[in-house]
Amino acid sequence: MSAVSQYVEEYRTIGAALPGGHLPWLRELRERALTQFSAGGFPSPREEEWKYTNISTIEKKRFRPLPISEPSAAVESWLKNYELEDVWRLVLVDGRVAADRCRLDGMPDGMIVCGLAEALTKYPNLVQSHLGLAAGRENHGFIHFNTAFFSDGAFVRAPGGQALPKKPLQIIYLNSRPESLATVRNLIIVEPNAALELVETYAGADEQSYLSAAVTEVSIGENAALDLYKLQSESTKAFHFGGTYVQQARSARFRHYNFSFGGLLVRNEVHTELGHAAECLLYGLFLAFGRQHVDNHTLIHHAQPFGISREIYKGILDQRARGVFQGRIVVHQDAQKTDAEMSNRNLLLSENAEIDTKPQLEIYADDVKCGHGVTVGQLDENSVFFLQTRGIEEQAARTMLTFAFANEMVDRIRLDGLRGSVQAQLLALFSKANLHQEWL
Amino acid sequence: MLTIENLHVRVDGKAILQGINLEVKAGEVHAIMGPNGSGKSTLSHVLAGREGYEVTSGSVTYAGKNLLDMPPEQRAREGVFLAFQYPVEIPGVSNIYLLKAALNAMRRHRGQSELDALDFLQLIKEKIKLVEMDEQLLYRSVNQGFSGGEKKRNEILQMAVLEPRLCILDETDSGLDIDALKVVADGVNSLRTNDRAFILVTHYQRLLNYVRPDYVHVLVHGKIAKSGDADLALELEEKGYGWIERQTAAEDAA
Repeated sequence: MSAVSQYVEEYRTIGAALPGGHLPWLRELRERALTQFSAGGFPSPREEEWKYTNISTIEKKRFRPLPISEPSAAVESWLKNYELEDVWRLVLVDGRVAADRCRLDGMPDGMIVCGLAEALTKYPNLVQSHLGLAAGRENHGFIHFNTAFFSDGAFVRAPGGQALPKKPLQIIYLNSRPESLATVRNLIIVEPNAALELVETYAGADEQSYLSAAVTEVSIGENAALDLYKLQSESTKAFHFGGTYVQQARSARFRHYNFSFGGLLVRNEVHTELGHAAECLLYGLFLAFGRQHVDNHTLIHHAQPFGISREIYKGILDQRARGVFQGRIVVHQDAQKTDAEMSNRNLLLSENAEIDTKPQLEIYADDVKCGHGVTVGQLDENSVFFLQTRGIEEQAARTMLTFAFANEMVDRIRLDGLRGSVQAQLLALFSKANLHQEWL
Repeated sequence: MLTIENLHVRVDGKAILQGINLEVKAGEVHAIMGPNGSGKSTLSHVLAGREGYEVTSGSVTYAGKNLLDMPPEQRAREGVFLAFQYPVEIPGVSNIYLLKAALNAMRRHRGQSELDALDFLQLIKEKIKLVEMDEQLLYRSVNQGFSGGEKKRNEILQMAVLEPRLCILDETDSGLDIDALKVVADGVNSLRTNDRAFILVTHYQRLLNYVRPDYVHVLVHGKIAKSGDADLALELEEKGYGWIERQTAAEDAA
């Protein structure tokens, strides 16, 4: 039996117990998604948007949705590695909200942060009006898979019309069990004129293989702003699919910071559609060592006039790692005066490392300013020599320069606590990189 | 301090240095002059240990040790400093971080403890006055967005902080306006001590108006064609390099 039909079979057993089973519209949505997944399966390299990433290894494994059970005691110590200070915190362990690990006291009036399962009971109409909206434009197996199987997720609504206290929200998705499946579905609603800072941290138990397949749908209202940080620190044997799909209303501002450090096979998608005079900034830093494969797929739709987009992705690949950057910008016919820039810079630290980079501009309007640039290179030997002449050993000089290349992106983080934490992780990765020789 | 004997160096299979002999003692300032392509920069790079230079014969002894055996960082820790003709920009590494990493590498090598943050900052603030550099530049990425003059001052700042014994300045004067040149010269003069030596590699005599050398050597076709005192530099300024080149050619023919 193929992996796809196994999952479909499994749905027959667990489907009724998935959250929102009492809502006919949701049952229908899940059934429809299951039918699409059943027919199309997971994405394959035959699809243009997946041509550099073969996920067939995922199909060879069978990840199981977990029954609700007490998370293991080790969870506490793993969480400590990622918890930020002075934040509201929602924690999901193995795909479900772990209520006793959340810190959600003192929320302002009208602000909602809870699990999606809980929201389906408490605010079914609010969920119904947003679920499947931003991801509805997407059409591939992981989306359908997630829609059919999601077990929980984060539900966030930042209310407009009042000044919110400047305290970020952190959502931690932790995977604690081997061979498990975590299908979370997140809904982030930023109402008109509201502003929100959100940190998503994906992490897992060391050396464990599991599948984390997350879909995050974001709606940013008129004149509202969202800073969304994604920190992907999954286990080095994990499979990660994380899709973020955004709709930006008139003059909405969206900043996305995508730090992808972990995982064996990773696909990050960030897609956004800009309304009139909306702005988006997409920053990304991906690191891959050993045999890691990291695919970044971004898509910016300039649908209306006067939109501004800036995109910078940097990749560092060592040993036999493989990276992918596919960045697409579509400027629709009505989107006059669009101002779009995209750049992708990559550092290859070994002869066996590989990057496939494919920036694409599709422009259907005539009065626009668009540009893109790509570089692939090695460390500058003159800089290495310079540092040596200042007494710094060659290997330390190389690490310093590589760190600097990465740190340029980390420096853009606007939350001090998070910046420090990401820097610390980066340093730990660089010192660990030498240990990854065993993967070769 | 430094003894270069019969040094022959090839780059990409081409002979660049063809028998250099030079003796530099502590406290001395030597100027190496010469036309473009005479091998001046090659000499400074070979002394600092850059890759890609093949020493085919000869020797370089520094403080009694074989300099050519050491990797660049070890030469630096033993007290050899190269100020770059084209200072390197390093985005993402702050100037202050570089200075601290470099100074602590030196101190560890000398068996000294690393400086704590306060002592380090005090030291830097003292040294930065010497080169009249804006303190803000300490917190910027190394040389990124610096003017030509700021970059060269930054090299001298690194030299002042690291306190090397042998300072090699590779065309540090090139591309400087007169004010920046004076600052660089003042920096060098203030670092002149009895136990420190300088090799000033330069195309023009200009810098030597401000830093008076003890010896001037003229490099032609990879050899020292003529040596003299500071007056030789003035003579070169007046007559150009042509007469020495012709003289050398005549001697070679004979």
